[in-house]
Amino acid sequence: MSAPTAAVGISDEVRELANQEYQYGFTTDLETEVAPKGLNEDIIRLISAKKNEPDWLLEWRLKAYRHWITLTAPTWQHVSYDPVDYQDIIYYADPRPKKQISSMDEVDPEIREMFNKLGISLGEQERLSGVAVDAIVDSVSVATTFKDKLADAGVIFCSFSEAVQEHPELVRKYLGSVVPYNDNFFATLNSAVFTDGSFCYIPKGVRCPMELSTYFRINAANTGQFERTLIIAEDAAYVSYLEGCTAPVRDENQLHAAVVELVALDDAQIKYSTVQNWYPGDADGNGGVYNFVTKRGMASGKNAKISWTQVETGSAITWKYPGVVLKGDNSVGEFYSVALTARRQQADTGSKMVHIGKNTKSTIISKAISAGHGQNTYRGLVDIRHSAGGARNFTQCDSLLIGKDSGAHTLPYIDVKNQTGQVEHEASTSKIGEEQLLYCRQRGIPEEEAVSMIVNGFCREVFKMLPMEFAVEAQKLLTVSLEGSVG
Amino acid sequence: MLHIKELHASIDSKEILRGVNLDLKLGEVHAIMGPNGSGKSTLASVLIGRDGYDVSGSVTYEGQDLLALSPEERAAAGVFLAFQHPVEIPGVGNMYFMRTALNSLRRERGEEELDAVDFLALAQERMKLVEMDQTFMSRSVNEGFSGGEKKRNEILQMAILEPKLAILDETDSGLDIDALRVVANGVNALRNEGRAMLIITHHQRLLDYIVPDFVHVMAEGQIVRSGDKDLALELEKNGYVGLKPSSVQVGATV
Repeated sequence: MSAPTAAVGISDEVRELANQEYQYGFTTDLETEVAPKGLNEDIIRLISAKKNEPDWLLEWRLKAYRHWITLTAPTWQHVSYDPVDYQDIIYYADPRPKKQISSMDEVDPEIREMFNKLGISLGEQERLSGVAVDAIVDSVSVATTFKDKLADAGVIFCSFSEAVQEHPELVRKYLGSVVPYNDNFFATLNSAVFTDGSFCYIPKGVRCPMELSTYFRINAANTGQFERTLIIAEDAAYVSYLEGCTAPVRDENQLHAAVVELVALDDAQIKYSTVQNWYPGDADGNGGVYNFVTKRGMASGKNAKISWTQVETGSAITWKYPGVVLKGDNSVGEFYSVALTARRQQADTGSKMVHIGKNTKSTIISKAISAGHGQNTYRGLVDIRHSAGGARNFTQCDSLLIGKDSGAHTLPYIDVKNQTGQVEHEASTSKIGEEQLLYCRQRGIPEEEAVSMIVNGFCREVFKMLPMEFAVEAQKLLTVSLEGSVG
Repeated sequence: MLHIKELHASIDSKEILRGVNLDLKLGEVHAIMGPNGSGKSTLASVLIGRDGYDVSGSVTYEGQDLLALSPEERAAAGVFLAFQHPVEIPGVGNMYFMRTALNSLRRERGEEELDAVDFLALAQERMKLVEMDQTFMSRSVNEGFSGGEKKRNEILQMAILEPKLAILDETDSGLDIDALRVVANGVNALRNEGRAMLIITHHQRLLDYIVPDFVHVMAEGQIVRSGDKDLALELEKNGYVGLKPSSVQVGATV
């Protein structure tokens, strides 16, 4: 499908959405069990004990923590924000009712209501839509659906905590294999304090029978969220994974430092799609989520393929570079991104493609949209090593500016150590054309709708990589996020 | 239906229109000719509400003050411009664009919107007028279109949106003789009693195909002569030399 076609028939809905404040800004009143504020070895021991973790995992967390306290937060990114007080954050919040859940009916009605507001159904409806949801409220996975159907195919899809209990050998083998505990400041922090996330394992030769989906939500006030996601596709396996995120309005800035690790073995394929619309802060830049995330895939086998597709419209600050290490010969890495910054949002995002194997191929398509006082930086690395004979990269970075106060910056780093490597880089920056707007308006299309149409057209190459329902959602999100950017 | 009185327009303190007077009735086709820089395209821009001009004088359209309306309100009231340089909108399908435009107009007029199926039928019928095939509709708006295709696409939009006042700005520029014939045939098919047309052109050539009821000559921001179609032939022979507004001194500051 093409993006504009998907918009057919949603114009009234879009109109309605455009008139709303951040619509997911409600707070659900759950009884939350929280750890005291601050970070020290005792807190890490508490998290690990609460989760009944094996000793090796506690040791891994402590090793990360001891390394983290020697680090300082990076400052090279093109964003500015008040320093985070890491001792003023709650590292563990558990909204789970005390008793064990044995069926969906026992899920806390308030949690179910919250998911209903988000449009996520944990009931039978999900079976009809064919999406398995591993729902995360704050730190603990409260319910998982479709596990049986997936289990029949041999697919493991569960919360990270559950994987630690049920499949410790797989977790131990792959945890930190793509993003090591000492990778960077935020990944190291995550390694010390991560509370939950998703785990997914597709065995050899299996094509996952449905798209896997996780909705993240930050709920309790002052709760940092530190998910850890690990996806492993064995030889010739295939999985498409969707990650959607919403967070309620909070005045305080909230830190979100997740780590996602993907491992694709010989001939395996992983498609990872993200739609992120966390609270961006108000028009003056108060509040909003700090989204400091490390996402990396390891195409470790020959002919392996990893694709990242992201639509980022939320967060006060986005700081992430989903990348692929192309280790296997003939492996393929792809990155398709739409990043929108409006109001006073800042984004420093892009991709890293590290070519190690022969004839490896990567594609980076980045669409950055800046409106209001938004600042958008593309920062990318294409690294072609000595061993990567015949490697190829194609990078295209397009920026669209709306209004006179927004900014776009492009910082591509290219490092080619093999003479047979081919690297192409195309970049463009355009202002949303006065001429395009006038053309639409002359035909009778109202200004806000025209902006939305032009922006959606600009992003079409990326949207068409998304699964259909995500593409429609992404278009709506762009429209909502652009509200008030015109004029 | 359109009364332009003492219309002045300036941009960055430079006066381009210096008192234009013009009346159009429904069913009439008026041609405006004149040398480069005489203000023809500015007149079109002011009529559709392009930003950036200081405008004075009055324009009454169907009893309304046209200058008080936004561009989209003017469109809803039936004003259409075939642009001289139609802009490209990458990633937005031509079909989707036109349906959105038509439905915006219909919504504004309190009419029911057309669904995709009905719109397709309408578009296919109107595409015959300008000899366009289906492949145009699945491409992005004007993207990668040749000069002739862009102009045909403008006339197609006019055929679909059915304006009351159609302004054609240099629709003949950049067209070879075959494309000119196609465009002119399309325009002629859309001539009727319920529609007025204002055809801006540099060359007499277009008027061989679209025969106007009236011809006006613009020079230095004013209409300096008006007549019937023979005036165009006269201009073709003698050129624009010697045509200057009598009431304004050349080079006068404002």
